[in-house]
Amino acid sequence: MMYRTANLGHWTVSTQPLALARCALTQRRGAGRRQQRLCVAASSNGSGNSRVIRGKCYITRDNIDTDQIIPAEYLTLVPSKPEEYEKLGSYAMIGLPTELYKQRYIEDNKMKTEYPIVIGGENFGCGSSREHAPVALGASGAKVVVAQSFARIFFRNCVATGELYPCETDVRLCDELETGREVEVDMDRDVLTDVATGKQFLLKPLGEAGPVVDAGGLFEYARQTGMINAA
Amino acid sequence: MFKVVFAVFAGWPTHFARQLSTRRHLAPVCAVSAPPAPAVRAPATTGSVKKAQTLTEKILARHSNNASVAPGQNIWTNVDKLMTHDVCGPGTFGIFQREFGENAQVWDPEKVVIIPDHYIFTSDPRANRNVDILRDMVKQYGIKYFYDITDRSDFKANPDYKGVCHIALAQEGHCKPGEVLFGTDSHTCNAGAFGQFATGVGNTDAGFILGTGKLLIKVPPTMRFVLEGEMPSHLLAKDLILQIIGEITVAGGTYKAMEFTGPVVDAMTMEDRMTICNMVVEAGGKNGTCPPDQTTFDYVRERTSELFEPVYADDSASYVQDYRFDVSKLQPLVAAPHSPDNRKNAADCRDVKIDRVYIGSCTGGKTEDFQAAARLLHRAGGRVVVPTFLVPATQKVWADMYGQPLPDCGGLTAAQVFEAAGCVAPAAPSCAACLGGPKDTFARMNEPQVCVSTTNRNFPGRMGHKDGQVYLASPYTAAASALAGRVADPRDYGA
Repeated sequence: MMYRTANLGHWTVSTQPLALARCALTQRRGAGRRQQRLCVAASSNGSGNSRVIRGKCYITRDNIDTDQIIPAEYLTLVPSKPEEYEKLGSYAMIGLPTELYKQRYIEDNKMKTEYPIVIGGENFGCGSSREHAPVALGASGAKVVVAQSFARIFFRNCVATGELYPCETDVRLCDELETGREVEVDMDRDVLTDVATGKQFLLKPLGEAGPVVDAGGLFEYARQTGMINAA
Repeated sequence: MFKVVFAVFAGWPTHFARQLSTRRHLAPVCAVSAPPAPAVRAPATTGSVKKAQTLTEKILARHSNNASVAPGQNIWTNVDKLMTHDVCGPGTFGIFQREFGENAQVWDPEKVVIIPDHYIFTSDPRANRNVDILRDMVKQYGIKYFYDITDRSDFKANPDYKGVCHIALAQEGHCKPGEVLFGTDSHTCNAGAFGQFATGVGNTDAGFILGTGKLLIKVPPTMRFVLEGEMPSHLLAKDLILQIIGEITVAGGTYKAMEFTGPVVDAMTMEDRMTICNMVVEAGGKNGTCPPDQTTFDYVRERTSELFEPVYADDSASYVQDYRFDVSKLQPLVAAPHSPDNRKNAADCRDVKIDRVYIGSCTGGKTEDFQAAARLLHRAGGRVVVPTFLVPATQKVWADMYGQPLPDCGGLTAAQVFEAAGCVAPAAPSCAACLGGPKDTFARMNEPQVCVSTTNRNFPGRMGHKDGQVYLASPYTAAASALAGRVADPRDYGA
């Protein structure tokens, strides 16, 4: 329990439930992007408003740092500019060493990934504070990273941007699954299912971070809950 | 001892009053002299200490209108300064404008410090555009502190341009004890050396601060590192922080504040303290602190006339972990590829052949870092056998390299020693190859080479090439390695 609290770190928002139907939200502002993607994902598996994401997983190991997620040479792209946001996505995980990661996260000449679910070991997202890291993953089509632990700035940036669910688990999933396996990440029931075998793995609850990512990030959440005025 | 003394004095008036009230028949006492002030008061006893707190807790309490805060507590902290640079500044302002609207103003244009430093001396059009965006934002919002560069062909022609943001912040007087600083860069924790709370955030949080001057954060538990013993002459502050990160791992400080204290820290210069605090993020730490003292005050007062209020940890504050290091027993260290916690004795890596040496960055590119490297080269004599790149963090560091004679080196400057030893001429101040950057970045590793570097991070691809290998080391170890063409123990070269 203590571990979980510590790792939720700065996420700090009130836990009042969101009464709004997420799919009905307007898509003004950048945060709407996330909303749109989530709704597509949710409706495609017929589970309404739930946080269920199904798709192929991509396996990474421990200490995946931000230079591997998005190398510094691509940081000239400004994430708040829509066309550069898309471009950032096309470089997601390009810094992973070629020998260790023969199957690339995004195929050559593609803009999007076929792996909406990223699996990590310990300390995922360590290194720099660049928000480009969760943004690149989100822009590439990733929806959730399931890891044993996260570096704190990366975790916070996932939640603040609403780009990705940073989901923790005690299970070393990078030893249990392989890249390309179909999995279902159910963050309502806190369980990850290996679709082919039916084997299930426990996830830790998203807690206070969940509703912020649901809303599409810090600003959208703050507006919905009346913390800041709707512009 | 001071605590005891203070308790006696603190109890004095109450005790006296009680005596008075029980003796009503006595004439009122007209002149009760105040208890004599203690000759020396322990700094931790200032203010109304109801609950013992660490340095970090105390700063956050003061910035959130709380008498005290506890680890795990969520608080809205007021922000004294927000720093951003060319990599994250445009995105931060983009979010600020998108979320607060076209007509919004930043919360305080005197509290935003913008320091272009990452990708400056490059022909990359997007990198250059990002500096232009910053200039526009500064004009639009009336930002007071902007260290601009317009003539990239000669950095010296730009008196406003400083260089690496964390060092420029300190040198320009923006770091002050007791303050809360956020920056869009993970090494913002560098400023903890001044006894302030300083940490890195992403663009969205920074955009929020731009509009409100506040941020919602969770109070971190504090780990304490007491450094004691006599500091051996062959060690530098970099060795100490590599030792600590090796001990607790790259995730050992996650979500935590790291407080460095003890006689070794007390004896350190501000630059040494910055080297230590700079790398707390390499252990996952949220922030690092050193207790402010006369060394801090002297440094700050030379650079700003603004007031500040230092705070100190209480003696009985509680720490989530407590470490003690006897530095006299430590060896010169490196962090071997590909992780800052892959600690090894430099002496045990003598077999590692290297292709280059890099001295620079916010961690290892300050005046004293270059002076240490130059001193070793001068004492050892001879010439470097691999390309040795020098990137001063700021214009001031560059000027010091050329202008300050080194102690005990026959009046030579660091620049003269480097030239005599065959190093590549010092480059324009910037982050340069510490984080790779655009392909034309000075000293970027474009080939899968092996580098000994005074920088802070050595994950795969950090300095450019994905298969490059980076050994993090102190300036002494870097200079010795440049002479050896292998990872070297600086003691073999007179350190």
